[in-house]
Amino acid sequence: MAVYDRNFGIYQGERTPTWSRFLIIPRYAYQEVFQSRLFVAFLGFCFLVPFAGLLVIYLHHNLAALSFINLPLDRLQEALPINAKFFRWGLEFQGFLCYVLALLVGPALISPDLRNNGLPLYLSRPFSRAEYVLGKTAVLAILMSAITWIPGLLLFFFQSYLDGASWMGNNLSIAFAIFFGSWIWIAVLSLLSLAVSAWVKWKPVARISLLILYYVPWGFAKVMNATQDTWWGFLVALWPTMTTVWTRLFGLPLEPGDYNGNPMPLAAAWLALVACCLISLALLSRRIRAYEVVR
Amino acid sequence: MSNTLQPVVELQGLEVKFGGRPILKGLNASLTGRCIGLLGPNGAGKTTLLHTLLGFHPPSAGKARIFGKDIQTEAREIRGLMGYMPENDAFIAGMSGIRFVRLMGELSGLPPEQSLERSHEALFYVGLGEARYRKVDSYSLGMKQMAKLAQALVHGPRLIFLDEPTNGLDPAARERMLKLVRDIRDEGKVNIILSSHLLRDVEECCEEVLVLKDGRVATYCNLEAEREANRKFLQLEVRGGDEAAFAAAVEALGCEMAVDGKQRFKLVLPEGVEIRELYRVAAERQVQIRRLDSKRDSLQDIFLKAMETEVAGHGRV
Repeated sequence: MAVYDRNFGIYQGERTPTWSRFLIIPRYAYQEVFQSRLFVAFLGFCFLVPFAGLLVIYLHHNLAALSFINLPLDRLQEALPINAKFFRWGLEFQGFLCYVLALLVGPALISPDLRNNGLPLYLSRPFSRAEYVLGKTAVLAILMSAITWIPGLLLFFFQSYLDGASWMGNNLSIAFAIFFGSWIWIAVLSLLSLAVSAWVKWKPVARISLLILYYVPWGFAKVMNATQDTWWGFLVALWPTMTTVWTRLFGLPLEPGDYNGNPMPLAAAWLALVACCLISLALLSRRIRAYEVVR
Repeated sequence: MSNTLQPVVELQGLEVKFGGRPILKGLNASLTGRCIGLLGPNGAGKTTLLHTLLGFHPPSAGKARIFGKDIQTEAREIRGLMGYMPENDAFIAGMSGIRFVRLMGELSGLPPEQSLERSHEALFYVGLGEARYRKVDSYSLGMKQMAKLAQALVHGPRLIFLDEPTNGLDPAARERMLKLVRDIRDEGKVNIILSSHLLRDVEECCEEVLVLKDGRVATYCNLEAEREANRKFLQLEVRGGDEAAFAAAVEALGCEMAVDGKQRFKLVLPEGVEIRELYRVAAERQVQIRRLDSKRDSLQDIFLKAMETEVAGHGRV
């Protein structure tokens, strides 16, 4: 029907599969997110470390290149060995960039829909609350995947390709740690950002809230642990909790120096992360409704 | 017109409670009209009923069906058949009209190209063609209402819920909106449920009306049938002669009659009795009929009657 006909017709054509509809939300969100030059520059910066990792791995296996820059192999191997620590450090750095990314993108995800009563429009369609949250989570999860486990695994496979199948066989746990560890952090950050976006309608305030949620408990934890000689404070601090899980996933020992001599037990770290996700989901569940609850 | 034979919405003892407080109390009705008005005073449960049919609130008891599909077990399919225009401002900030309507179309399952094409059509249809690349935030209230209507139409639904569509509109915009609703109705491809507390909106657009009062069905009637039924309801004003004898003679014709003040009568003519019989009886008794009104029930009468005599839980009175 052409626009000049100006009449109304029932649509009887094909429909998109139900399972893929949540992906409409990230597609629309990216059209807005990528309009910001600051964001595009930041995203470019996020690939610097993986690119540097690629160079280091390449140099490890290319004596000609090493001799060209006059760097002996043993010195490089001593300074930057390609092992679990190398990949863990990369994941930690990219993990912090994920947090910055959540700060930039997260607060604008749900609040505009709530501010203008947009939720009934989503939920009056064949589109559930779960799909809405999944779609909004996917906005962050896809971007974070692009800077964490995808480049991490590419580096792993590049190293495996250069070093041979035996290296890959001996270090499969690294690939698992990169993939699994990245997804835990992605889930925690995405859900937390969405929960903040759902409850704080003003973007700058939402960003400040995310900063507070990240740094204030961390500071509190350090003070509490130092004064009480305990590790309990870390239960409310996201970063030390996450790094505890990452360190163990990579099969590395926890260094007491990083935790004021009181490393956090792994089970407690898991518990804290799961609790953070559950609380975020509960907050989202209370807020993501098709109607305003007036009390 | 096969659509009008199948019930659009069936309510069977539908109850909804919020925090233990009953909001909808055992609604029973079978709505079949092309355009059905949902009337009631504020707080009667109109929006709650629409929200329940959309699956926003689970019924605490009873059932409801739309086109024969259960709202609880087939909610997703039902939502695919429906378009919803909410009462309050509802849009997504920062989006142009075309992107907003396109997104809504895609969420309803339209492929992106189809959705874009139909968004252009829908926006032209509601009169926002020239403003479709402007941000919805910058629209006037009337334009936002039209944008809400466009998003309700874009996926070509079979049933549209319009919740107070003329809210906050100036007379010209209100007339445009009602004309659109009538046009959609007259196209005959879609059923409409129009919720409003404005009787004129419903009277101008709807064939049937469901009146809610305090969470119950106060009345459900076909407006045209109701008017037909009251076709022979007359009001008389007479002067001179023997009024009592005139009244007795009129009753002798088989009319139901009531005295409505001095020299005024209300009566209902039975089948087969024509108005000229009244003039004949009056002439025989030397009574002058000064005024004769053939009164038809307006929606206001129906509404006020429903507000006075509430029939609990039953669709027809």
